[in-house]
Amino acid sequence: MPFKSTILAAATSALLAATPALAEPYRLGVLTDMSGMNFDLAGQGSVVAAQMAVEDFGGKLLGEPVEVIVGDHQNKPDVGSTLARRWIDEQNVKAIVDVPTSSVAMAVQEITRNADVAFLVSTAGSSDLTGKACSPTTAQWTWDTYALANGTGRAITEEGGKKWYFVTVDYTFGHALERDTSEAVLAAGGEVVGTVRHPRETTDFSSYLLQAQSSGADVVALANSSGDTMTALKQAAEYGITASGQRIAGMLLFLSDVHAVGLETAQGLTLTTGFYWDLDDETRAWSKRFGERMNGKMPTMVHAGVYSSVMNYLKAAEAAGSVSGKAAIDKMRTMDINDFFARNARLREDGRMVHDMYLVQVKKPEESKGPWDYYKVIRTIPGDQAFRPLDKSECPLVKK
Amino acid sequence: MTETSLSHPIVEPATGRAPLQLLAVCIGIAALVAAPMFFYPIFVMKILCFALFASAFNLLLGYTGLLSFGHAAFFGGAAYVTAHAAKVWGFPPELAVVAGVSSAIVIGAVIGFLAIRRQGIYFAMITLALSQMFYFFCLQAPFTGGEDGIQGVPRGKLFGLIDLGQTMNMYYFVLGVFLLGIFAIWRIVNSPFGAILKSIRENETRAISLGLSVNAYKLSAFVMSAAIAGLAGSTKALIFQFATLTDVTWQMSGEVILMTLMGGIGTLLGPVVGAGLVVTLQNVLATSEFPVTVITGATFMLCVLAFRRGIVGEFEAAIDRWKRR
Repeated sequence: MPFKSTILAAATSALLAATPALAEPYRLGVLTDMSGMNFDLAGQGSVVAAQMAVEDFGGKLLGEPVEVIVGDHQNKPDVGSTLARRWIDEQNVKAIVDVPTSSVAMAVQEITRNADVAFLVSTAGSSDLTGKACSPTTAQWTWDTYALANGTGRAITEEGGKKWYFVTVDYTFGHALERDTSEAVLAAGGEVVGTVRHPRETTDFSSYLLQAQSSGADVVALANSSGDTMTALKQAAEYGITASGQRIAGMLLFLSDVHAVGLETAQGLTLTTGFYWDLDDETRAWSKRFGERMNGKMPTMVHAGVYSSVMNYLKAAEAAGSVSGKAAIDKMRTMDINDFFARNARLREDGRMVHDMYLVQVKKPEESKGPWDYYKVIRTIPGDQAFRPLDKSECPLVKK
Repeated sequence: MTETSLSHPIVEPATGRAPLQLLAVCIGIAALVAAPMFFYPIFVMKILCFALFASAFNLLLGYTGLLSFGHAAFFGGAAYVTAHAAKVWGFPPELAVVAGVSSAIVIGAVIGFLAIRRQGIYFAMITLALSQMFYFFCLQAPFTGGEDGIQGVPRGKLFGLIDLGQTMNMYYFVLGVFLLGIFAIWRIVNSPFGAILKSIRENETRAISLGLSVNAYKLSAFVMSAAIAGLAGSTKALIFQFATLTDVTWQMSGEVILMTLMGGIGTLLGPVVGAGLVVTLQNVLATSEFPVTVITGATFMLCVLAFRRGIVGEFEAAIDRWKRR
């Protein structure tokens, strides 16, 4: 039966030839916290934002379908790093997105650097990601500790809050926040009248807050994060710090944090954010679409940043004609970045995406007109003033 | 002390079981040698690391009857020292691991010296308190890098020859370390020293009345357990190329208790099975819709309610019952 065997041979070779075409689709891995403390500020919202970006882009990259896959790193660097490596080795993941918790992000950055995969950072805010440890395949999109500290410090001092008192969490992260903020305060003509350090996960802030209250400072700065900031805020409200004329500045707060403590407690708080849903028609339109998929929740800056970074990555990879992390990120540096999130934006050689930030104040309960109406924008901080200038960068990729 | 009160007789009866056990061990090792062909190697390495960690913990809880709630200090402390030695001092991997284990021995000796003076819940609380002190030390010490941890640790060349950057080389290195650690534990447990540890577990007062200096034995067991936990931590730092705060938190101490209880206290294989189960749950559920912590918690409850002796413990008990019939 020569005829039959010919057909068989032809079929086999056709099948073999067709195998590459049946290759897995390109995948974007959203590596986030789906079960822990970062769930509200990143979590499911980051997944939805990434999916929206892929859908809006048309679902295809360089003619191949693109898929979003999700991983829960449980805030454990070993889980995150195993997952990231496996995604890259076995599942054709071409970009890793979001990644809360700086230790996990740092670990993933090392993997993506070696594997030439794009790393689109939105939640992780350690400024070392684009400083000492910077990588040619990383774009840190939304914020970093330097921008929030520096932006808030400078803007409030210029608004007239000259005397500062710091309540700082006592480890590297808090020290860095305090240092970056005080530099900005001093540069803008203010002064630091005192500092108090508290251990991580403190439950009683009363002694620290009383010292801050009696210091005569105009501004009480909370150089800490998440649980500590919330506890400090609640207790500051009980002591009537804002009511007595002092201003509270949060160095690291997200819209979801304000939502969690409520306006009654958070009112009057000043902070810096990379995005607010109610800025203009463009932000409202996107946020409305986001809210429809998230039971009415409004996006944090992280969510908007995930959408914007994924969208711009897809555009850049398409334009570069390559899914190599370095090629796509390099292309992004020369590209025009401009959308509802990224205003006056550009991607620097150290991987920092520089864009306008906003100094906002939390509204009083009576000023708020509806759900999620939390911030009033005091002023826009131009990107060049908000982020760490390149000549101060410790990144080895920056040519000096 | 009566033999029947122990799940394991101290002196193995020289019966026909020995060749069978040897066969089982050989099959187990062969399976581990072949495992990276079927499973993701880094995932298997992680299981081996945690299995060794849980076995070290079991040496203390299962065979000496001391519940330590601070084993993360040895695991994470050794990881930090190994990472620092390899990255900053440029140590080759074998010396970095030795440095890590030595640091675990020192920390273990200090914590153990203070903790063995008390028993039961007080012992557990003292180990917890001291390991929390160590956690805050790691949080603030400049060399640990705070929240970011020590990242980008080079794996280096083993004895200057074998490039551990290759995943398969690393795997067989980890497998070697694992087998060495398990063998050490097996040897300790099945020695006169191990027999004394068990007698302390069964009846401490009686051991004292027999003239044994119980505290010296307890401290030795504590330090040995710390050293092997450190060995696991050092290896982990080289596998993942980082050392972070996660490894020194009290949650890590809790996790190793969970692994040991689920697998079966006082059995040689139990902690290995428990570690495999917990790590697999963490990794498999990471890409599923289910919340990891809830499922792990539910599994733990199921084990505590239905298999009081742990998975391997129940299995061994069932075999015992079957034999007696």
